[in-house]
Amino acid sequence: MPKSLFQKVWDAHAVRALANGQTQLLIGTHLIHEVTSPQAFGMMRDLGLKVLMPHRTFATVDHIVPTDQFAEPYRDPLAQAMMDELRKNCAQFGITFFDRATGKQGIVHIVGPEQGITQPGTTIACGDSHTSTHGAFGAIAFGIGTSQVRDVLATQTMALGQLKVRRIEVNGKLPPGVYAKDVILHIIRQLGVNGGTGYAYEYAGSTFDGFTMEERMTVCNMSIEGGARVGYVNPDETTFAYLKGRPYSPKGTAWDAAVANWKSFASDPGAKYDDVVKINAAAIAPSVTWGINPGQGITINENVPSPETATSADDKTGIIEALAYMKLTPGAPIKGTKINVAFLGSCTNGRTSDFQEVAKFLKGRRVAPGVKAIAVPGSQIVALQCEKLGLDQIFRDAGFEWREAGCSMCLAMNPDKLVGDQLCASSSNRNFKGRQGSTTGRTLLMSPVMVAAAAVTGAVADAREVFGVGQN
Amino acid sequence: MSLAKISSLTGRGVFVPGNDIDTDRIIPARFMKCVTFDGLGEFLFYDVRKNADGTDKPHPLNDPRFEGATVLLSGANFGCGSSREHAPQAIQKHGFKAVVAEGFAEIFYGNCVTLGIPCFEASREAIAKIAAALEKNPQTELILDVAKQEIRFAGQTVQAAVRPSARDALVNGRWDAIGELLEGLPTVKTTAAKLPYLAA
Repeated sequence: MPKSLFQKVWDAHAVRALANGQTQLLIGTHLIHEVTSPQAFGMMRDLGLKVLMPHRTFATVDHIVPTDQFAEPYRDPLAQAMMDELRKNCAQFGITFFDRATGKQGIVHIVGPEQGITQPGTTIACGDSHTSTHGAFGAIAFGIGTSQVRDVLATQTMALGQLKVRRIEVNGKLPPGVYAKDVILHIIRQLGVNGGTGYAYEYAGSTFDGFTMEERMTVCNMSIEGGARVGYVNPDETTFAYLKGRPYSPKGTAWDAAVANWKSFASDPGAKYDDVVKINAAAIAPSVTWGINPGQGITINENVPSPETATSADDKTGIIEALAYMKLTPGAPIKGTKINVAFLGSCTNGRTSDFQEVAKFLKGRRVAPGVKAIAVPGSQIVALQCEKLGLDQIFRDAGFEWREAGCSMCLAMNPDKLVGDQLCASSSNRNFKGRQGSTTGRTLLMSPVMVAAAAVTGAVADAREVFGVGQN
Repeated sequence: MSLAKISSLTGRGVFVPGNDIDTDRIIPARFMKCVTFDGLGEFLFYDVRKNADGTDKPHPLNDPRFEGATVLLSGANFGCGSSREHAPQAIQKHGFKAVVAEGFAEIFYGNCVTLGIPCFEASREAIAKIAAALEKNPQTELILDVAKQEIRFAGQTVQAAVRPSARDALVNGRWDAIGELLEGLPTVKTTAAKLPYLAA
């Protein structure tokens, strides 16, 4: 019977049925970071357990690292304590730690692919909801809680119920100035922030076939914002070309065997899906969120919704709550909304290609007076690649601060925070209340090029107009 | 490891209205700068509960009528966003033993079950009935029956679903899977040996 990739990977990793009907699922790759692992190691010690597969466990530090300070001790003693704890745990349990001194540190979801650790047909878990990013490679990747981090450390498995699979087919060519970020914002707006609950999303269609790995990662990354714990793209030649020659990729004859094996995991033609959604790429436009969840988005030429335009009672309540928090005028164009901060980075859009795309348009431009603009590479390797290309200088010349690698202002666990009710044009993934470090701070999610357009004009703008995107 | 069998529980409730309440709202990220879960209870819903100077904002959890409530009630898609277990930990450490909502985000739900916090999915109407009863008399005792999937209060009964795997795990005292997962270790090794990327 034809099977989806999800089903094949699940079957290959199913250890046994548990008493409650869930499956004990083997997790081939475990990624850990400083925020959600210390308590798990604490539980391990309390129970006297050992890490079962330290060689399949990889650590990095990303959430709490300052991006304007490399030297330790950090100014924030709590951040330093978390750093010390992770270092201690990795040393004690024999886990590879991509610490800052290795030059390979970065956001966990950027490091995995970059090192070639993220591979097709594998299962991956990490104590972070954006673990879905790794699905771009045809892996089944789960965001998990800390108790499950403990479970995976101790047994390399976790207890899990099967997910349904929804195939989301996007076909056609994206119009100029429309990016992968717009595709996922469009999907979430259409299917809702909880539309994916209980589902794995299989992204497919000619648009995804034509996407780079970086673009696929951007979409898979935000699956969870649509309620789907897992999102993936079937592996193809683009996937294999990306992985070839990476530090943890198979080499020599093992490479050919691995590629053959990876191909076998791709969804079969005729595989059954629990749901199929089709989207026309040509209908997707540059998008911006205006509210307090990632589903509250509009295209750049739409107006901020008003309670009167609500499609349901729930929608109306949501609009009223969001407008009160966002302090936006209902019915007014989103375009022209003044911003205070521009943030480029995060596991959604903090890869070299993101900075390259922005730099193309930013060269020779200046950040508007009064706007604080920061560019935060997703990893030390991304930073180095950008610096070799001279991109950092383009960003600096434009008035951006060029920072060290980390999660930074996506969730503001480090010193990069909004102040008061500052409005931030952000390439990150969440616009929740208080997400960017100020209890009244406001976030507008958009593509990196749209962030740059907002940065140089000082207001939410259509990058196609500001930069003449697509006209060259 | 012997775990409590949670087939039903009794307590007073508090209704926190709203849909899509995310885990950043339940426990803001800055309170995750810690290496243990101790003390998280006092930061539950902190930014919607407290002003910058630490004084109280109007919020159901600050309402003295609902002090001591052990059942948290809310709207749709409760616990969306970040996978942080700090959220259910904060809920539990604040004194809550169960959550009732119209629906839950996937990761949050699993995190709750692992901590032995039953999550009941009930209709909006059912939750409104309970909320009305609580508003009328905050001392109303709620009996949450995991096995029967119902909530009884003030002479009324409403349906409240608990997912089959969670129900089994709670009722039979195996909601923390670690013991069972450890028992499966020999089979884990067999499964791993069949996978080229793990066999190496």
